[in-house]
Amino acid sequence: MRAVLRNRVALAFGVLFVAIVLLCLLAPIYAKDVAHTGPNANHITDTVMVGGKRVDVVSPTGVPIGPTWKGRFLLGADSNGRDVAVRLLYGGRNSLEIAAIATAITMVLAVTLGMLAGYMRGLADGVLSRLFDLVWAYPAVLLGVALGVALAVGGIDLGLFTLHSGSLLLPAFVIGVVVFPYVAKPLRAHTLSLREREFVDAARIMGYPPPLGSLRIMASEILPNLSSTIVVFAPLIVANAVLLEAALSYLGAGVQAPNSSWGTMIADGTRLMPGAIHLVLVPGIMLVLTVLSVNVFADAVRDALDPKATGRQSIPGSGHAVGSPIGRRGRL
Amino acid sequence: MEASSVPGIPSVTGSPTQPVSGAPPRSPISSAMARHAWMARFLARRLASLVAVLFAITLLTFLIFQAIPGGDPALRMAGRLATPQQVQDVRVQWGFDKPIYVQYLKTMEKVLDGSVISYSQQTNVEQEIVRDLPPTVSLALGAGIVWLVVGVLFGLLSAVHAGGLLDRALTVVSLTGISMPVFFLGAIMLYWLGYQWHLLPLEGYVPITSDPWGWFTHMLMPWVSLSVVSIGVYSRLLRANLLDVMSEDYVRTARAKGLSERRVLIRHVLRNSLTGIVTLWGLDFAWVIGGGAILVESVFNLGGVGQYAAQSIGRLDIPPVMVVTMLVAAAVVLLSTLVDIAYALLDPRVRLS
Repeated sequence: MRAVLRNRVALAFGVLFVAIVLLCLLAPIYAKDVAHTGPNANHITDTVMVGGKRVDVVSPTGVPIGPTWKGRFLLGADSNGRDVAVRLLYGGRNSLEIAAIATAITMVLAVTLGMLAGYMRGLADGVLSRLFDLVWAYPAVLLGVALGVALAVGGIDLGLFTLHSGSLLLPAFVIGVVVFPYVAKPLRAHTLSLREREFVDAARIMGYPPPLGSLRIMASEILPNLSSTIVVFAPLIVANAVLLEAALSYLGAGVQAPNSSWGTMIADGTRLMPGAIHLVLVPGIMLVLTVLSVNVFADAVRDALDPKATGRQSIPGSGHAVGSPIGRRGRL
Repeated sequence: MEASSVPGIPSVTGSPTQPVSGAPPRSPISSAMARHAWMARFLARRLASLVAVLFAITLLTFLIFQAIPGGDPALRMAGRLATPQQVQDVRVQWGFDKPIYVQYLKTMEKVLDGSVISYSQQTNVEQEIVRDLPPTVSLALGAGIVWLVVGVLFGLLSAVHAGGLLDRALTVVSLTGISMPVFFLGAIMLYWLGYQWHLLPLEGYVPITSDPWGWFTHMLMPWVSLSVVSIGVYSRLLRANLLDVMSEDYVRTARAKGLSERRVLIRHVLRNSLTGIVTLWGLDFAWVIGGGAILVESVFNLGGVGQYAAQSIGRLDIPPVMVVTMLVAAAVVLLSTLVDIAYALLDPRVRLS
């Protein structure tokens, strides 16, 4: 961690990311005390003072006002006369929330299944590895879209709990399922090599008899040794989850109205082109800054944990491309 | 971190100086025969696994759309805008009252004989897909060439000037490219290059047969926006690979025997790294059709298969989405098998377990 902190560029981008997260969390305060409006409040017929003149929020021809750089409509309005800055923060909250939950789902699935496959070998490994390969064979966007659309109509009943259509958890669930093999495969490979090490043999001999003992060995001997791999992957999964959520929402298979996210905001803005480019630029720049800051930070984490990594990280086809272990396929 | 070997993708880790195999030396004839026998076994195994994966992919796609717990599959299939009569039609047509394996067979029968009907448009899905193929193929091929050439160029420059100013600049460009959603980049280019400066045509697709120059100018922005992410990934991948190879013994030998730096770089270093890059390219190519193409085609209104899928998503019209998903996933698997076989034919070092 100290090595990451010593890397000034990485530190700056890390701070930027934290700042973005904090800003989005403060969305309700900004809406109430600065912009004096809500994310879904329409002001189509309102006017606003700009440079001493009264200006329509949405012109009679339907073109919304651009950035005023004042408290109200700081970053302009959209075609419904809603405050873009307020929507940006609320949308960002949704985007980041989905990315965080998706990353958690990915990690839980990947660690459990990857470790199980690697440690148990044999039949369990065969079945699980085929499952990883199958999900892996699908283009991430396509599988996400397919799942997203299928679930958007009726939701899903997972037995323990039900995700209704329109829920924010739905895109998070879809992304988690689509992305997990990219982490599960390397974790499985890592576990395969760990289980042959002496300390695992020692644990086995010291009386952790199978089958319950296997679980204990996995939890107390293997898992701690996987932590560096997990730490390297986590930020990269966050970056890719943000991108995948934006793509799904852009296509209409992610966040559903009336909820918004950066992806749906860009989609709305694109539809109004060339009328109001700020509707595309504002959420787009925010999205790029977020993903970039996570990517740079992730790079630094990887370099810090594996000093060798700078020169030699990857073998084509090994599953982890440079810069992004899922770069090869998680690309949008 | 251990290199996870991906089934179907031969991993090449050794240097070219490595012996072909651990087997004792044989006469040329028997080794050629052994090679043929190995090749035949390899082909048979790859084809068998191809069939298995294709089956699994259609099954998974079927399950996603028709067997997800919660909700009526007929309702799901007919989409959000369906009338009660349509839902009833779907129920009868796809046999939702029958056991699940009958439903699967029925679905596959419809997909294979090309009789899937879109529920919001009442059109034949497979005919639409065939009609929409030319823009998608143009997009994927052109973008593939752009990102391979530019990615290799950037990677090479980065590696040669490793640690220098150019390397850092290219790293920034690559990282930004990797962090850029294609639909955002596409929208920005469309706005400035198209609407503001009138440099390039706005949108739509012009067939290459009717107007090659128009085809080229219309495809330019889509190609660039689709390839930027991949350029970032490829240049960083190649940079790391080149730096890795440069520390190999045989490169030192090549330098020691007095070859010029340029010759060492191109004949010995780049050549070794390129095999991996080209393999990756073959795989990614199919991948891009299913990923970025959906988004780019929608931004530039190219009217390709991806846009057809995207529009069907907007209408929550399931049959076209299902067929496109099956076809693209199948294409990915087919292409990766072809790449695999070509790779095994070209590279004598590849021995699959």
